[in-house]
Amino acid sequence: MYATRPEARPATVEVLVDGVAVLVPAGASAAAAVLLAGSAAIRETAVSGAPRLPYCMMGVCFDCLAEVDGAANVQACMVPVAPGMRIARQLGARDALMPEAGR
Amino acid sequence: MSAPESFQAIIVGGGLVGSAIAWGLAREGLRCVLLDEGDIAFRASRGNFGLVWAQSKGMGAPHYQRWTRYSANAWPELARELADAVGADVGLHQPGGVHLCLSDKEMADRADRMAQLAREAGNSLPFHYRMIEAAELREMLPALGPSVVGASFTPYDGHVDPLRLLHALHRAFTGAGGVYVPNAKVERSDAAPRDFRVFAADRMFEAPRVVLAAGLGNAALAPEFGLSAPVRPQQGQVLVTERVAPIFTMPTTSVRQTMQGSLLLGDSVAEVGYDISQKPAVMAEIARRAVLSFPFIARLNMVRAWSALRIMPKDGVAIYDQSEEYPGAFTANCHSGVTLAGAHARLLAPMIAAGQLDGMMDPFSARRFDVRDAA
Ligand SMILES: Cc1cc2nc3c(=O)[nH]c(=O)nc-3n(C[C@H](O)[C@H](O)[C@H](O)COP(=O)(O)OP(=O)(O)OC[C@H]3O[C@@H](n4cnc5c(N)ncnc54)[C@H](O)[C@@H]3O)c2cc1C
Ligand code: FES
Repeated sequence: MYATRPEARPATVEVLVDGVAVLVPAGASAAAAVLLAGSAAIRETAVSGAPRLPYCMMGVCFDCLAEVDGAANVQACMVPVAPGMRIARQLGARDALMPEAGR
Repeated sequence: MSAPESFQAIIVGGGLVGSAIAWGLAREGLRCVLLDEGDIAFRASRGNFGLVWAQSKGMGAPHYQRWTRYSANAWPELARELADAVGADVGLHQPGGVHLCLSDKEMADRADRMAQLAREAGNSLPFHYRMIEAAELREMLPALGPSVVGASFTPYDGHVDPLRLLHALHRAFTGAGGVYVPNAKVERSDAAPRDFRVFAADRMFEAPRVVLAAGLGNAALAPEFGLSAPVRPQQGQVLVTERVAPIFTMPTTSVRQTMQGSLLLGDSVAEVGYDISQKPAVMAEIARRAVLSFPFIARLNMVRAWSALRIMPKDGVAIYDQSEEYPGAFTANCHSGVTLAGAHARLLAPMIAAGQLDGMMDPFSARRFDVRDAA
């Protein structure tokens, strides 16, 4: 479903999706990396714990919330990948007092 | 226009005030119709902060303080009966609440207000409060900022999910046989003692009782029934953060955590007429005070913001009235329809069902404004 078009840029940037290394094209979003990795979910919702994957890919639906480099509730579709980026699932509501992650 | 549809009561306005009264009347066994204008109306019931708040209500108006306290006391019963009637969880959490003070002056002013309320409460329903200094307060609310000097506390306060409340009242009302008619702005009416006709949505409704609970719409409707409802819009703005794990044990007047985890930040007041545009300066001030109160809020994402119009009676005190010219016509107007839902459903509705307001409601009559204006 998310096969990369042949004329697209080659996958050269290595990121970690839930700890697993994935190669994605430069300029792709963290949400795209999650889809390329074939993950079952990018988050579990805060109220019911339902699993979700990125949906709109344009910053509207908030279904792509993830922990990116330690920062909670980041809209992964709005963040371009960087080498070594750590993308982890957002599990439920974030801790309010969590220190700001260096991003 | 088709034949008149007969009921035992017509309620105009399907916001929190009208719905709470309508549910109370339906529970008393009356056949009711609830007429509601629709999405173009200004509807405070869909934009409020959700506090059930007794502390600081009714300065200089002991009847209003008492009425608010009755409502806070009635709230657990209301929540229970809505759970029983339609299985609704409106999220009532009533552990008491605090008003945070950010300077010594704010703390002193607050202490004066609370002392006055306690004096005015008298002995029949004493007003218990505490002024709590920062050190003790920090044990109650661990994430408090260094700017917080202290707070006032009363045990009566709490909060609910106001949208769930509105929805539950509507479901309970219709579940008890009430008829809800949306997109039904009351355009015309014929009033006679205990014999009313109301025209809305190309239909005609008749009943021996009519309750005007149309929020800001009451100002125009009331004179048709020999009543007056001098209310004006007063804007309030609210900011909403992303959801976070439970952090607060109790609500404050300006920051509270919803049952789903979002923080609501609010408490602004602006006299701007029928204007619901948001003002960046007001939003910035709400955020500034919230961050002084709880510094961690600066690191949270804001996800939503809105503004809505309170229904503010001329003197800030609720208006409940019955028509002398046309007995059977009633009005209800207030700027704390969440807080007062308990009293509206459980105390006011039975009076309306009986056809007459209790004597304790006399000071709430809009006739108080005639006296003052004449003086
Ligand atoms: C920002 C903000 C924060 C608030 N916070 C709190 C709080 O924390 N705690 C609290 O207790 N209260 C709070 N309030 C106040 C509370 O929201 C209101 O007191 C309450 O919602 C009023 O309900 P209502 O039914 O009178 O009015 P509305 O909600 O305005 O409902 C009136 C209804 O009447 C209908 N209507 C109007 N004209 C007609 C007509 N001619 N024919 C038929 N229908 C008509 C409209 O469609 C509408 O549905 C807050 C308000 C605001 C704006
Ligand atoms: S996928 Fe919809 S906001 Fe990111």
